[in-house]
Amino acid sequence: MSKHAWRAKQTPMEPAPPRQSLPLRGFPAWFPGLILTLAVLLCSASAWAASDSETCLACHGNKGMSTKHGAKVVSLFVDGKRFSPSVHSGVGCTGCHSDLDVKNLPHGKPAKVTCGNCHTQEQELYAKSLHGKAASRGDQLAPHCVDCHGNHDILPVKDKKSAVAPLSIPFLCGKCHQEGTAVAKRQDIGQHNILENYTESIHGEALLKKGLSVAANCASCHTAHSILPHTDPNSSIARRNIAATCTKCHSQIEAVHRKTIRGELWEKEANVLPACVDCHQPHKVRQVFYDFGMANADCMRCHSNPNLKAKDGRTMLVNDIEVAGSRHAKIACSQCHSEVNVSHVRPCETITHKVECSKCHEAVGEDFGRSIHGQLTAKNDANAPGCKDCHGTHGILGKVDPRSTTFPTNIPGLCSKCHSEGKKAALRYTGTQHNIITNYTESIHGKGLLESGLTVTATCTSCHTAHRILPAKDPTSTVNPANVPTTCGKCHIGIEAQFVNSVHSPTVTSTTKELPVCSTCHTAHTIRRTDEAGFELGIMNTCGRCHAEVAKTYFDTYHGKVSRLGYTKAAKCYDCHGSHDIANVNDPRSHLSRANVVQTCRKCHASATRRFAGYLTHATHHDPKKYPILFFAFWAMTGLLVGTFLVGGIHTILWLPRAFQMRRELKEAEAREEAALLAEAEAEGEPPSPPSEKR
Amino acid sequence: MTPSIDRSSPTAHEGEHHPVGLEFVRFVPLERGIHATMVVSFLSLALTGMTLKFSYTPWARAISHLLGGFETAGNIHRFAALVMFSIFVTHLVSLRNLKNREYGGSWLALVLGPNSMVPMLKDGKEFVATIKWFLGKGQRPQYGRWTYWEKFDYFAVFWGIFIIGSTGLTLWFPILFTRILPGWFINLATIIHSDEALLATGFIFTVHFFNTHLRPEKFPMDVVVFTGQMPLAELKRDKPLEYELLHSKGEIKRHLAEAHPEIVVKAIRVFAWVALSIGFSIVVGIIYAMIFAYR
Repeated sequence: MSKHAWRAKQTPMEPAPPRQSLPLRGFPAWFPGLILTLAVLLCSASAWAASDSETCLACHGNKGMSTKHGAKVVSLFVDGKRFSPSVHSGVGCTGCHSDLDVKNLPHGKPAKVTCGNCHTQEQELYAKSLHGKAASRGDQLAPHCVDCHGNHDILPVKDKKSAVAPLSIPFLCGKCHQEGTAVAKRQDIGQHNILENYTESIHGEALLKKGLSVAANCASCHTAHSILPHTDPNSSIARRNIAATCTKCHSQIEAVHRKTIRGELWEKEANVLPACVDCHQPHKVRQVFYDFGMANADCMRCHSNPNLKAKDGRTMLVNDIEVAGSRHAKIACSQCHSEVNVSHVRPCETITHKVECSKCHEAVGEDFGRSIHGQLTAKNDANAPGCKDCHGTHGILGKVDPRSTTFPTNIPGLCSKCHSEGKKAALRYTGTQHNIITNYTESIHGKGLLESGLTVTATCTSCHTAHRILPAKDPTSTVNPANVPTTCGKCHIGIEAQFVNSVHSPTVTSTTKELPVCSTCHTAHTIRRTDEAGFELGIMNTCGRCHAEVAKTYFDTYHGKVSRLGYTKAAKCYDCHGSHDIANVNDPRSHLSRANVVQTCRKCHASATRRFAGYLTHATHHDPKKYPILFFAFWAMTGLLVGTFLVGGIHTILWLPRAFQMRRELKEAEAREEAALLAEAEAEGEPPSPPSEKR
Repeated sequence: MTPSIDRSSPTAHEGEHHPVGLEFVRFVPLERGIHATMVVSFLSLALTGMTLKFSYTPWARAISHLLGGFETAGNIHRFAALVMFSIFVTHLVSLRNLKNREYGGSWLALVLGPNSMVPMLKDGKEFVATIKWFLGKGQRPQYGRWTYWEKFDYFAVFWGIFIIGSTGLTLWFPILFTRILPGWFINLATIIHSDEALLATGFIFTVHFFNTHLRPEKFPMDVVVFTGQMPLAELKRDKPLEYELLHSKGEIKRHLAEAHPEIVVKAIRVFAWVALSIGFSIVVGIIYAMIFAYR
């Protein structure tokens, strides 16, 4: 194909001018003829080209035109009606299929069209790209020019119907790059749900929902033909090139971007843009709202009216002073109530959903969704708390503000709105904890927080977390027994460090029995001071719940008996065994190991010796195998006791009848004597003698 | 008081004229004082000890609280133990004095004499005879100064003080004792101390109370050990052998003394009843603790 033919414009064929000699002054006579011939040649070239297409279309315009490649039937139909308006119609068939000889028909199989014959630059770029390399490897899934652009119906890019029109690009690329396609299955390119994410992103929404054709589409960032992986330093999405890619559109970003993000400077080096994707996920670019369009004053035109009410009678008055004093003061109404539509007279009539706090508070929203509160909300449970139930709406103050509902000292009151006895959470609660708030208020944490105002002490959210609240049965819950030591250890670091190495920790002891955790001995909500007499004496019953036998024997000893009478200074379980660092007796770290036991006794018995420490703290006289001497001694003494009582008792019982008899006889003797004396007195006429001795 | 014919007993011997209003002195003041002190210390020991032994019962906790808390109860217990030890020592000293005074300095004479507390063959015979009398198969034996059950009570105290005292000291000074004894002796001492004390208190508050103080023929109560005196006729009836012995030696008169004023006797009775009641209550508490509330 000659260059001249290519230069032919896309104009309809002009009929050849009639041959005639025109008198032209100063030119040789043969000049017009020359001009004419040239014109004819030129026109015939295009005509030839045109008639070339016509020639081809004579056969290929037939819908049934096909051939066989092996078993496959391939259609050779070319729709002339689509080819004519295409960009290549002026080039004609042979412009691309240049190896074909129109004169010798029918022709053989044509060679594959090399678009790069004309489009050299694009071809070069493509050849170096991922797609091109895959194609040259013979990868069946690799896209060629025709897969994106089409072949006979290629329209200009500016044409809305073009396959590579901006609004079509996501769908074009998405044909291969979406979940479930052969490409997605074969290649893991590290990005998933690209199409879905892109559609939700600010670029996607602008392009696809609002038709903003200059919004970034796939080719804007990845380029059309030079698609390279981000690891390739020449790629438009290589880390060092990303800023240049994004600033193709966001050219003034340096001037308007926030200068500090999360306490750090945005530009790490002066005047060197960071990689945008460090913060903005490439396909999920978050929607950021700008307070243009819907100003707060617009909202307040209606919502400053105290008589404004919703259909159900709720007041719709918004206290803008409250908002101005809140943490959301700098945030426009429309940023939370984002469904407003400025173009409506009553913009809020397009609001269909409650405010979605997680749009900005993403991480919290995700946590909340997994929590029990979130699960109930998802089930549309009427009692489920949403964000505003705890945080409020327009007057949200941060948790460091003492007036905030989420300030540490206010938290128990906040949770008690639902979780105190008789309230909605307590009514459906099926667990073991009751009177939680009352108990907590009396506990050491509660007193510290509410009476002493110690804000760093544990409140509800310290243990249960604020947004990841889950019931204890859930294995990921912070209050699940397996996780309790870690939860308490957030503050009680030293104790957790001790506990983890103690015999009660699952890392040390493997057993099928339930091992105790913090809440087992200290309870969950009635945690008291450990130097309180009530706790000290009560702990023995706590230990006794699992260690019933040794607890019983302990109560047989002096320490135990005296403790029962309320003596707190006698040795209790933890005085000897330790509390959080209990180790097996054979462990050299144990307080009761051979090396340490005398020292332990010396805590109270200052001059204790090793022999003294030989005292058997859990001895019992009930066990003949373990403590034979004690067993024998006990039964000997009991035998003595029984024997003595038997003998003495029988003796006494046998005595009784005789004793009563003697008593009767004595009384009779007394009576007789009395009578005799009285008679004597009567007889002698003397004053009666003093009666006999009284006893 | 004008002495007149002794009408206290129809069996009074001829020739013997003892003034009415005088009584036979059975126990000298020291003996009475020792017994009274022993009663007080014994009750203190029993009460404070039982609140510890039965600390699982509500009554024990209440009494412990009443006594000023566990620590105070413990101090009372130890103090009463010291009193008991000193009573013991006092008694031994008084025995020595008695030996010197009445037995010519001879221990053997004291121990083997007619007033000895040491059990002898005669006691065995009397025991058998008494059982026979209980069963209606014989006469009441003629007892001497000390009956067999009184001798038993006497040595029971020796035994008790020895056993309970030694184990008690071990418990009081465990570190000192474990210099020589192994540590588990403390466990052993606990069992022995506790059970022997149970035996002692139980026995005293039941058998002894009956034998000595509450026998029906003595009803309401025999307080001779506190008053020290008893009517001569009673002596003659209860301890005929002793009466005979003294009478033959003409020593009765020496042992007579004026009766105490009524008020004194009344006061002594009150003391005795209080002690008795405390003892009974302890027994009731023990029975409750061991049978109904046992842990």
